[in-house]
Amino acid sequence: MSEFKGNVFIDPKQLTSYGDAANDGAVQLSFTLPIPYGALAKEAAKVFVRNLGFDTLDIVSMEDMQEGYTFFVVYAHTQKTIDVSKIKVMDVSFRVMSREETDDFIQKKIGRPLVVVGATIESDAHTVGLDAILNMKGYHGDYGLERYKMFTVHNMGSQVLCEEVVRKVKETKADALLISQIVTQKNLHIQNLTKLMDLLEIEGVRKGLLTIVGGPRISYELAVELGYDVGFGSGTVPSQVASYIATTLSERAELT
Amino acid sequence: MARLSITLSRDDVSEAKKTAKAIVDDVFHFITKHTTDTIERTVLRYFGVDGVDAGEAPLPNVVVDHLKKKGVLDTGSAYWISNACVATGKDPQTVAEAVGANALDLTAIPSQPLETVYRFAQEKAVEALDRVESVRKTRDELLVQLRDNPKPYKYVIVATGNIYEDVSQAKAASEQGADVIAVIRSTAQSLLDYVPYGPTTEGFGGTYATQENFRIMRQALDEIAAEQKRYIRLTNYASGLCMPEIAMMASWEGLDFLLNDSMYGILFRDINMKRTFVDQYFSRLIVALSGITINTGEDNYLTTSDAIEKAYAVTASQLINEAFAKKAGMKEAYMGLGHAFEIDPAIENGFLYELAHALLARELFPNATLKYMPPTKFMTGNVFKGYAMNTLFNLASVFTGQDIQLLGMLTEAIHTPYLQDRYLAILNANYIFNNARLLGYELEVKKGGFIERRAQEVLSQALTLLKHTQKVGLMNAIQEAQFADISRSQDGGKGLSGVHRKSEGYYNPVLSELERRLGIEVAL
Repeated sequence: MSEFKGNVFIDPKQLTSYGDAANDGAVQLSFTLPIPYGALAKEAAKVFVRNLGFDTLDIVSMEDMQEGYTFFVVYAHTQKTIDVSKIKVMDVSFRVMSREETDDFIQKKIGRPLVVVGATIESDAHTVGLDAILNMKGYHGDYGLERYKMFTVHNMGSQVLCEEVVRKVKETKADALLISQIVTQKNLHIQNLTKLMDLLEIEGVRKGLLTIVGGPRISYELAVELGYDVGFGSGTVPSQVASYIATTLSERAELT
Repeated sequence: MARLSITLSRDDVSEAKKTAKAIVDDVFHFITKHTTDTIERTVLRYFGVDGVDAGEAPLPNVVVDHLKKKGVLDTGSAYWISNACVATGKDPQTVAEAVGANALDLTAIPSQPLETVYRFAQEKAVEALDRVESVRKTRDELLVQLRDNPKPYKYVIVATGNIYEDVSQAKAASEQGADVIAVIRSTAQSLLDYVPYGPTTEGFGGTYATQENFRIMRQALDEIAAEQKRYIRLTNYASGLCMPEIAMMASWEGLDFLLNDSMYGILFRDINMKRTFVDQYFSRLIVALSGITINTGEDNYLTTSDAIEKAYAVTASQLINEAFAKKAGMKEAYMGLGHAFEIDPAIENGFLYELAHALLARELFPNATLKYMPPTKFMTGNVFKGYAMNTLFNLASVFTGQDIQLLGMLTEAIHTPYLQDRYLAILNANYIFNNARLLGYELEVKKGGFIERRAQEVLSQALTLLKHTQKVGLMNAIQEAQFADISRSQDGGKGLSGVHRKSEGYYNPVLSELERRLGIEVAL
């Protein structure tokens, strides 16, 4: 992927960030140090940023946030580079179809409506993401799964116990399970998602069930690491999820 | 000097208010005949019952559960605890502790002369509510003595889970210029059918609301207020399954704002509607006597639905919240009716819609203390764009004369705010509010222009919804998913088992004393 920007060669084996010139390694930082505003704070910020791996730096703003906290905005330059050719990414690839296409696709390939159960589990009370994907209305002009002819949707809402989810999956003979989780600093989302996956395994419903996690800071890697089939992050629209469910389940159906 | 205003159909305004009142009056046929577990626990708390038993269960819960098990809660907890006090000569706390230690059966104590029991209970109620009024007086005096802040009040949230760390963050925010500190609750506390006890240092996404935590934060804010010579308001949540108990704690510990909505718990937390309606009335009586300002949760209608399409749901809910608050003797100035800046930023002239909606609220509730909520739904990880959106939000607020501004955080949708996020939010609000302070007094809205027509349109839509709601009744309307597209059944949701029809001998001196002091005529 080596390329020229203007007449400057960008070396993928020695890539660095771009401020206003190629290979300048410019980075913008902002952070708080828990020490009182003053000369010492300023020096401490410089040492801190140098320790992060930056050599030249400019503290462009230092502000007193009271109670012994100081806020900094810093522009710094790094010499560090990375070799992009050695980086591997995990990602799902599937074609995003329109609602009509997905409905047709399911009709042709599977021949019956797919049952989708959705929930926000345990302590998590946020339903915005789940509703954006499932509700008729959808998100950003992209209709939710409820609007599709070939999905039967059971939206269980928020703070649903894992046990309830498993019961619902069994009861409705669900094809796909959609779990929405907010990432918390205390890593509650990991506990919740792990618990659910364990229960699905124990109850013997994991096999054949397409398990999907969504949330603003959910990544594909995280989802797979926790045993789920896929993870969708922020900006995901319903048609992506719908297409993913349709294609993956039809592939699985062909295999068996 | 006149603030920015728009012209609305007067007939529609008076019709909307009349309809909302009729809707609420109808629900009161149910409310006045029922009590709940948390109302009975509130009475015990006002009588001085506090603390936990050996198994960490709050004593008010222990006593109420005991009375439920004996099948006598429909007479009211006040009677049973007072009867025991009169018989034993002990105070309510000692009696409750004995119940907690399984050493006392309240229903096995011989009935004392009713007059003596009632006199004891009435004295306890009077004492408790005198304390409520004295706390109110302290606040009123401080507001005169110290400087109150110009509106919109800058409202920020702390949520570390540790009350002592919250204090440190709240102090920093107050010194930076915040006027209101809200301690956000631990996730799902609204679904707990008890209030945790004592100071707490661990929570999930927030800090438990406990009476001790209220006291700790109040004390810290009072210290800052004294230093800064301006009053700092404290906010918590009287919502969920313990609305009146939290209101009670707030009334004794000097809280200023409480999030309290007549329908939020039903729709967005799946709490049973009967439970919510009964609880909200009692909690609002307490709030009314305390001089606490409620903050209602209409912003939630816009996070689940489209902000333009469903703007009328906000207006209809505001009208219902206002009508419920009036029934509880609340004055308009203490009604923090809510709305939000949640229109998709990609929409052309979205800002005009926002102004229209904000002005509609202002015009419809000229004396209310309006609570304006920041963009959340369309906030992304791009903190720079988010900061720009919050700037527009602040401009809309100062321009249209809003009262409480929950400051938007540039890291909304990413994580709970960093210290610096809050600092930057206050910086933004200080800049915009100061820079555009009199903008709304200098400019006028074009007569018959887009903004005025849009506001009228939303009002008309709200009126249609209210008319229908009046026809079928509020409980049925909720069942029909008329609000927020969410359907809740009358006997579904959490907390129904805690609703009890009052028996003929039901006695609640706290309720009657609250109603008496607030001058509420109760038609039975």
